[in-house]
Amino acid sequence: MEVFGTFTVRAGLAEMLKGGVIMDVTNPEQAKIAEDAGAVSVMALERVPADIRAQGGVARMTDPAIIERIMNTVTIPVMAKVRIGHFVEAQILEAMGIDYIDESEVLTPADDKYHVNKWDFKVPFVCGAINLGEALRRIGEGAAMIRTKGEAGTGNVVEAVKHMRTINDEIARLTILPEEELMTAAKNLGAPYELVKWVAREKKLPVVNFSAGGIATPADAAMMMQLGADGVFVGSGIFKSENPAKMAHAIVQAVTHYNNPEILVKVSKSLGGAMPGLEISDIEEGNLLQFRGN
Amino acid sequence: MIVGVLALQGAFREHLKMLRGCGAEGLEIRLPFQLDGIDGLIIPGGESTTISKLMLEYGFPERIKSFAASGRPIFGTCAGLIVLADKIEGKKQKLLNLIDLDVRRNAYGRQISSREVDLSIPFLGTESFRAVFIRSPVIVKAGRKVEALACYNDRVIVARQKNILVSSFHPELTGDFRMHRYFLEMTGK
Repeated sequence: MEVFGTFTVRAGLAEMLKGGVIMDVTNPEQAKIAEDAGAVSVMALERVPADIRAQGGVARMTDPAIIERIMNTVTIPVMAKVRIGHFVEAQILEAMGIDYIDESEVLTPADDKYHVNKWDFKVPFVCGAINLGEALRRIGEGAAMIRTKGEAGTGNVVEAVKHMRTINDEIARLTILPEEELMTAAKNLGAPYELVKWVAREKKLPVVNFSAGGIATPADAAMMMQLGADGVFVGSGIFKSENPAKMAHAIVQAVTHYNNPEILVKVSKSLGGAMPGLEISDIEEGNLLQFRGN
Repeated sequence: MIVGVLALQGAFREHLKMLRGCGAEGLEIRLPFQLDGIDGLIIPGGESTTISKLMLEYGFPERIKSFAASGRPIFGTCAGLIVLADKIEGKKQKLLNLIDLDVRRNAYGRQISSREVDLSIPFLGTESFRAVFIRSPVIVKAGRKVEALACYNDRVIVARQKNILVSSFHPELTGDFRMHRYFLEMTGK
């Protein structure tokens, strides 16, 4: 008997993306550059996060015509973003045959209380998280992949590091608790008890976890891999850099050879300018994307 | 016995876990010189486009071909099958050309068509095997030297040509060790 869209199949695609780089692209030409550089997937967008941040206004799901052109250009899987809680944008993307949906804080939230019930879909979802509780809530809602949020569109890796370290620390803490303390831990994390027990036993997240939000150089990418990321999303970092094709290629190499400093030297040389970055403390707190959803 | 798992990209950790479960030692292979010390090689699932590019970048194809010529076995799953095949539809370049198969990538369609199926795979015993297909390739044609070991919907999904074994699904995702045990027997150790 054949079964489609099971959790194994949805989470399984994320397993196949591991050790890879997922790149934000806004048109077929960029998608081709990403694929040629060795990206494992592309995120089809109207504007990269740095432009969304600069231009302001409501950021919504990308025009399906743009997504379709990108889907027709590359053979690697194509992802697209929906607003937090916008289940109809998700239905539209599923009907188009998108490979992965990112329910993303980079877009303007459509629901200030609830996320999409991702169990209603056969297409897999990736969701952002800044800590373990948030990651497990999203998985409880059916997410088949997690990405630490970082702070998108800044080219500043500090928040990505903070979120990855937070999740690692919280997992480590769970693994040393006696079983009778896990219910209280679940309450404090705001996370489903069954998932908390799973994490305490297996010492890892139940799904693949990529790093996102602020990765701008091969060194950034390799650092996130050494901190335990399964792979990286690079948003504005590629196409806001001086030489996107070269930067894309270098970041792909850096993610594969993240533990090999000699190769990291080679790929980091003469890349031209990385994207201009933003100091996090210069952003008004209300404009930080990482606190959207929760 | 040490079995290498090509760790350029994809589900290499799952294969390493399966090898440990079978009592074999696994090793992540990221550079060609590491092939020298191993008794068998697994090329995992992942994005075949990415894996191919990274293989070329670091000079893997020639080294893997001589590895195969030495008689040591290679097992390719999904993307691994694609890079081992003789002919890939829509691509001029042959990568490894080690098994006489014509392959069509993403043949079932996009992710929405990915599936799990309980299959009868006679050479692994009577109990069915849970096969997970994720954006998987289809073997369109198999050459005369290729032994078809299992089929699904009239297509060959497990094939062997001497020391080269391939499957179009992901035995590393299900916790069923039978495919890996079969491969370990091929190392003759």
